[in-house]
Amino acid sequence: MKQDLPPPYTALTRHPMMPRTSHDEAARFNFLTLFNRYVSGTLGAGNKLAYETRVLPAFRAEHGRDPEHRYEIRDAMNRDPFHRMWSALKRNSMEMRHMNGRQTVLRQLDELDAQARQFNEHSGLLELDASIAQPVYQTCVDIHCQPGGYHTEERPGDVTVGANYDVGLFATVGGALGALNDGGGQALVAWAKANKPDWQPERILDIGCTVGHNAVPIAQGFPDAEVIAIDTAGPTLRYAAARAAGLGVKNIKFVQANGEDLSRYPDNHFDWVQTTMFLHELSATAMPNILREAHRVLKPGGLILHVEQPQYGPDMPLFEQFMRDWDAFNNNEPFWSAMHGVELEDVMADCGFSHAEQFVVGVRAVVDPTIFPPSPEGEAEDYGRAAVWNAYGAWKAAPAQELAA
Amino acid sequence: MTEGIDWIARSGARAKGRRPAFFEEPALDRLYSLTLALAAELSATRERLDTVERLLAAGGSLNREDIENFAPDRAAGDERGEATRAYSARIMRGFQQEVEAMEQPDPPIMDWVEKLSVS
Ligand SMILES: C[S@@+](CC[C@H](N)C(=O)[O-])C[C@H]1O[C@@H](n2cnc3c(N)ncnc32)[C@H](O)[C@@H]1O
Repeated sequence: MKQDLPPPYTALTRHPMMPRTSHDEAARFNFLTLFNRYVSGTLGAGNKLAYETRVLPAFRAEHGRDPEHRYEIRDAMNRDPFHRMWSALKRNSMEMRHMNGRQTVLRQLDELDAQARQFNEHSGLLELDASIAQPVYQTCVDIHCQPGGYHTEERPGDVTVGANYDVGLFATVGGALGALNDGGGQALVAWAKANKPDWQPERILDIGCTVGHNAVPIAQGFPDAEVIAIDTAGPTLRYAAARAAGLGVKNIKFVQANGEDLSRYPDNHFDWVQTTMFLHELSATAMPNILREAHRVLKPGGLILHVEQPQYGPDMPLFEQFMRDWDAFNNNEPFWSAMHGVELEDVMADCGFSHAEQFVVGVRAVVDPTIFPPSPEGEAEDYGRAAVWNAYGAWKAAPAQELAA
Repeated sequence: MTEGIDWIARSGARAKGRRPAFFEEPALDRLYSLTLALAAELSATRERLDTVERLLAAGGSLNREDIENFAPDRAAGDERGEATRAYSARIMRGFQQEVEAMEQPDPPIMDWVEKLSVS
């Protein structure tokens, strides 16, 4: 394998729920995969050059100072012809992913729906609740330009949005998540086992599980645990549960629920509460609500982990912040910028996890290296999409022991 | 094909959320969408041709199903990936050379014309 080439689309595992791609559908994803790498690598370098050679000098001439916020850089760069062209390429690529994914899924929707229904009727892995309302931060725009978001049905009971998410993710992440797009979850399992070798979590909660890409490997990695994977979006969960059943996983349940209200679970109930690439798709009200609920349902001694792209922080150059912010304004991620701009540690502290309990670790997708090359980093990184994350976590402290009299 | 849904019409559903205008001239935004979609189609056609050639070379005959189910082994996957990368580089040449020009800027050609014209 050449290190700089992503594997062909056909290297993905065709699990039973995976929509079948025709030759040309797979070939379009191959093109988009390589095209995305070209746009973020070869052409992405042009953004910094444009900034340094003309945008920044013009800004200095106009304001007599350097930009003080990433938004000032964005305003200036949005007038630059190169950055505009680059953005147009990137946006179109995302739209083309969804068009190709939806054609693939919709032409075979009868088979996919029937297959999902069969799995879900017999597996007992799915628990839908029609009374769960879709939060406004999920319905105001279709996040990352995914038509219908995670929650919209093409017809009652269908799996379109979940299937489209699964079939197209490969192209956006350049194949860096592995054959089942589960390299992140596998990395978490490896990390937990290395750091706490004897740990036997009994109950694990994954909030905002989508199609279970990263919840399923946790269930597989801890076969004696019971994993509850919740999401607000019914159509996505239908696909998720069927996918997990098709993979033969039994110790997981997909439950339609809102992380802001976990009242169905008692205090101190879970040993591990996990979110993966989730917090940035919420709102400034919802995020602390969810963190507080997560704190409540987590057992003393339990683990909370949030896997995200790195927070901006004062040490990150403003230009890099601006580049990482691209999706917020050009790819329908309206909370991305605010979320990455806060001190997440402080938000977690306000929600019950003291600074002393917290830690941050780097996480890199675990993939089969004979098939999947590592995600590009540094200058060639596709900011916001690389398979290299930070995990913001805490071990919840046991309550202080009463001193014996 | 799917019952009761026009799968082609529905596959083009737009994502809710106002689309940024990247250029002053809306027709340019449309042209980018058109050109890139065509680029992807040609890439898929080239890959299909490669598949046909490989199947013919291996077995001397063809059937539809073999084409649709073709999954390249690692060496073939690399060759095809490299070919697609080279293809992308060809169609994106103008953009890439603009980056190169920003890296190593040149003066207007007139500067040289004038300089070389005086003895
Ligand atoms: C980016 S996806 C998360 C990806 C997923 N964790 C994974 O590892 O593949 C965000 C998901 O969160 C869900 N979601 C958004 N708000 C939620 C909430 N308040 N409670 C539960 N799920 C929510 C969305 O429906 C969507 O499926």
